[in-house]
Amino acid sequence: MIETTGPYHRPISLFWWTRRRAYLVFVLRELSSVFVAWFVVYLLMLVSAISSGGDSYQRFQDWSGQVWVLALNIVSFLFILLHMVTWFGLAPKAMVVKLRARRVPPRAVLAGHYALCVLLSAIVAWLVLR
Amino acid sequence: MADRITLEVARYRPEREAEPVMQSYEVPLRPDWAILDGLNYIKDQLDGTLSYRWSCRMGICGSCGMTVNGDPKLTCATFLTDYAPGPVRIEPLPNFPVIRDLVVDIDDFMTKLPTVKPWLVRDEHEPVEKGEYLQTPEELDEYKQYSMCINCMLCYAACPVYALEPGFIGPAAIALAQRYNLDSRDAGLDDRHDVLSSDEGVWGCTFVGECSAVCPKGVDPAGAIQRYKLTAATRAIKDLLLPRGGR
Repeated sequence: MIETTGPYHRPISLFWWTRRRAYLVFVLRELSSVFVAWFVVYLLMLVSAISSGGDSYQRFQDWSGQVWVLALNIVSFLFILLHMVTWFGLAPKAMVVKLRARRVPPRAVLAGHYALCVLLSAIVAWLVLR
Repeated sequence: MADRITLEVARYRPEREAEPVMQSYEVPLRPDWAILDGLNYIKDQLDGTLSYRWSCRMGICGSCGMTVNGDPKLTCATFLTDYAPGPVRIEPLPNFPVIRDLVVDIDDFMTKLPTVKPWLVRDEHEPVEKGEYLQTPEELDEYKQYSMCINCMLCYAACPVYALEPGFIGPAAIALAQRYNLDSRDAGLDDRHDVLSSDEGVWGCTFVGECSAVCPKGVDPAGAIQRYKLTAATRAIKDLLLPRGGR
């Protein structure tokens, strides 16, 4: 009788996520959550500094002006843009919006998300900069 | 254009090899030949021991899914000329155990598929004399896209979640569940809910999106999964907030 080794189970490489562009984007998107968390921490630190008075806020500003904090925040901002773009890209797939029994085109749902984002950003900018 | 092209084909003969090896064959390069025609040429003219699945040759049966130069493809719908001058690397679909050469074991999918009840579930069956269950074109459009699935397994081959978490029900099974969930004649939404909303169901999906990118029938399983996530989340909130009668 011929001896067989049975079905072959292929091992998964540790670097499977480099095989396709979509996998890489996916891993970067998952990683972006860390930077979203950092922005939340940074915002809480900012609020805490402001509530503690002018000196505290000045110290926070000086600390934020350091090269490494600035670099971290720029990288975080890029990751948050990736997070936003990929999540907005998901929205038209998850949401089937109907108006007068007709499906709203996915592009319109996507445009709605970006429009809302621009509007909210403008409101926040107005509150901060006025 | 050269009149021949080299196919590098993965061979796995469990009685001979501990792991797959590549074997090269030269086949005619004809404009009307798909990869599958090249494999059939090998089988008929060069090496009758090569094993692979195929049947209809027209993108309906879903049997001939393989990896062509790293991408999951239906080999009957992928032309040799698109890969000229070659060589073309043909391997079995990833994420499945290899039984022999290009033949993979899809038992895992066949076990999972019935758990989502991919058939019309009815509370009450009308007598045959009353005729068909009628449906408007708009009602048909709700699920038609998902009904195009041919179980070719390309989506499972492209899904890194299925590779890393073999318990994941997977793209095609969930798309097929949605095919029935969205059918106006079906009453099986509740029956499918527990399986679909489990950790191995839609919540296992991290929306890589490659299942939809490789689907040869435009089914968009990634869309089906995200859509059911919204259904499951809405239902969970309703279950939490509303008394039983108000759901």
